[in-house]
Amino acid sequence: MFYREAGQFKTSYIADQSILPIAQDRVFVFGFMAVAFLGVPWFIDSYWANAIFVPFLAYALAAIGLNLLTGYCGQVSLGTGGFMAVGAFATFKLITLFPDLNLIIVILLSGAITAAVGVLFGIPSLRIKGFYLAVATLAAQFFLVWLFNKVGWFFNYSPTGQITMPSVEMFGVLVTGPSASPAARYLFCLGFVVLFALAAKNIVRGRVGRSWMAIRDMDIAAELIGIRPLAAKLSAFAVSSFYIGMAGALYFGVWLGSAEPIEAFGVEQSFLVLFMIIIGGLGSILGSVLGAAFMTLMPIFLKNFMVDGLAVEVVTAKHVEITLMGVLIVFFLIVEPHGLARMWQILKEKLRLWPFPY
Amino acid sequence: MMFKRLTGALIGATLALPAVVSTASAYELVIPSLDYRTGPYAPNGIPFANGYHDYLMMLNERDGGIEGVKVKLVQCETAYNTKQGVECYEKTKDTPPSRALVYQPLSTGITYQIIPKASVDKIPVHSMGYGRTSAANGKVFEWIFNFPATYWDQAAVLVKYIGEKEGGMDKLKGKKIALVYHNSAYGKEPIRTLEKAAEKFGFELMLLAVDHPGQEQKATWLQIRRERPDWVLMWGWGVMNQVAIKEASSIRYPMDHFIGVWWSGSENDVLPAGDGAHGYLSGAFHAPGDNFPAHDDIKKHVYDKGKAQGERDRIGEVLYNRGLIAAVYASEAIRNAMKIHKTKEITPAMMRDGIESLDLTEARLKELGLPGFTIPVKITCANHAGPRKVALQQWDAKAKKWSFVTDYYDTMNDIVDPLIQEDSAQYAKENNIKPRDC
Repeated sequence: MFYREAGQFKTSYIADQSILPIAQDRVFVFGFMAVAFLGVPWFIDSYWANAIFVPFLAYALAAIGLNLLTGYCGQVSLGTGGFMAVGAFATFKLITLFPDLNLIIVILLSGAITAAVGVLFGIPSLRIKGFYLAVATLAAQFFLVWLFNKVGWFFNYSPTGQITMPSVEMFGVLVTGPSASPAARYLFCLGFVVLFALAAKNIVRGRVGRSWMAIRDMDIAAELIGIRPLAAKLSAFAVSSFYIGMAGALYFGVWLGSAEPIEAFGVEQSFLVLFMIIIGGLGSILGSVLGAAFMTLMPIFLKNFMVDGLAVEVVTAKHVEITLMGVLIVFFLIVEPHGLARMWQILKEKLRLWPFPY
Repeated sequence: MMFKRLTGALIGATLALPAVVSTASAYELVIPSLDYRTGPYAPNGIPFANGYHDYLMMLNERDGGIEGVKVKLVQCETAYNTKQGVECYEKTKDTPPSRALVYQPLSTGITYQIIPKASVDKIPVHSMGYGRTSAANGKVFEWIFNFPATYWDQAAVLVKYIGEKEGGMDKLKGKKIALVYHNSAYGKEPIRTLEKAAEKFGFELMLLAVDHPGQEQKATWLQIRRERPDWVLMWGWGVMNQVAIKEASSIRYPMDHFIGVWWSGSENDVLPAGDGAHGYLSGAFHAPGDNFPAHDDIKKHVYDKGKAQGERDRIGEVLYNRGLIAAVYASEAIRNAMKIHKTKEITPAMMRDGIESLDLTEARLKELGLPGFTIPVKITCANHAGPRKVALQQWDAKAKKWSFVTDYYDTMNDIVDPLIQEDSAQYAKENNIKPRDC
């Protein structure tokens, strides 16, 4: 009834190619953005920022990055944790070497450095595929974390190997460090995620994204129609690592504030992000965000529900939470193997027919 | 139908989430307890959390709280994971009515994470013998305490003990000492001190890292078997301890030359190795066992009333007692803060004053039902690490008991103090802190 595009005519190619062709979608998304940018900052407190929104946004960016590589270009990667570490350590080194550099530039540069590292570790993808590539990227994961743990230069020779983010101002407002306000952290991360999600959406709609998808669907056929696998695969690694590097920078700089390589960027991290995109939906930008939301917010929600709502003992709640997360993942994958993004799509189709489904 | 009900319940929970449950109007002392009873560190996390819980519950049951004000213990599961620790910190820090009075996270990683946050939120952190060593310098770390001794003091004392056993510090020359450490901020803490000591006394230091969670140590112990260091020190935690002790006994390394930090010396670390662990040594700053009057009170007021979280026969384990002494420090600091500020409704800021002027004498320990349990502690504005004394205890596998084999040693101030000055000065510089005058 409400969600129907009858009567909306497109009179130009631009209108036809817009990301949100349906007026109701536009209203919804712009309304959502308005709330996120203008509404939430007024109410956000340090719990909501530091425990919920900022980690969610950092993971969302990482999931978008991995989805570009795995979901769109079909290259399985287990190196996400390592690439996030590259982004984080690049941020740390840049900000300590050049304290006056603008934080946005630092994070973009960290992304660029990670992109270079990603391309390096993407080279094997030209020869090996599938599970074998996953193993090669796993090697990147272990190597990078080992490197950052071993070589003192990366952590400025601190006795414990920890890296600590100094307090950095943007336009006179602190965005990192313990004194930064929750709203500033949140808005900073939100800005990055929204901007780069939009960029990702446009990349995958364009020529580059199509060449990735062609490689994913059948690389020999793609080669025959004139797509160069070298350029397509390595560009996917570069763009994906760029995103993951920035995510690592936000994760370390804005959220945690200090990190040690093994715990913060271990292989669990790689799996977590991979699960996010599988549950969210491979080959979908929205899916990456939904998957990140599911994997970061669901455990906290379950915990708070059980401990505060049902007054379950803390340790029992933890055990139930771990089990329930597993059950939920299996449940969602059985109900919709293509992930939460596909569920959303089905929901929209149902809404179009509502209240007269046929 | 079932799903609808479930969804209904979930939606209800979402709405209820931000609501804060407020019950009694009476003032309560909020003490958050960031425990870990799950994950690879649970074997060590559980007894500590039980000891902490039981002592505070005992005060509530026996005395109606501290000076008549009930303690509200807010537990939060961290799984020894810094990210979950941050979530717990954010969740518990503003718990009404008193806000969180003190954090004792029992994790060096989480401590590093909350040091800057707590300093801004003005909540004291007591990282009891763990965390950032240079927090001993109270001039820089106003809100952070790490008494009764630091990692670096402990490293120094262990070297001292080795020197004594070898027949003098000059005999250390040419000896080989290995450090098996958890490859994290925690495990790396003692390295710098040991390097300085190696330089001074001329022994050779061998560093062997064990990655989280520490179940895989075959390569490490193969290396020890090949190189045969004269002594092995260990900075381990969780399952890493058990595995290391089992591996050491399987390569027949002499156990009385294998010394753990005080976080690697509890019953569940040595029991899995059976008789092989006989003679294993570890650092300590309090007695093991449940033969103190305070333990009797815990049994009577907590266990007999069914308010306990642990098992009765595990009262008095080393880490249980460590949780207990942590709770003693917290409750005595609260009492002290009440005395200083002449109010029973203390805030985290008052609590800080209470910790900073804490003077826990042997006489007071006796009153608390813990005679001879630990060393007296006196904290000052400049010294947040207290007495900085460490003793050694040894495991008797036949009697299944830990017992003290040395007296309390003093630290080596000539090695440790300059390191503390250097590291705290660097922290002050990085964070633009002007050291306080005291």
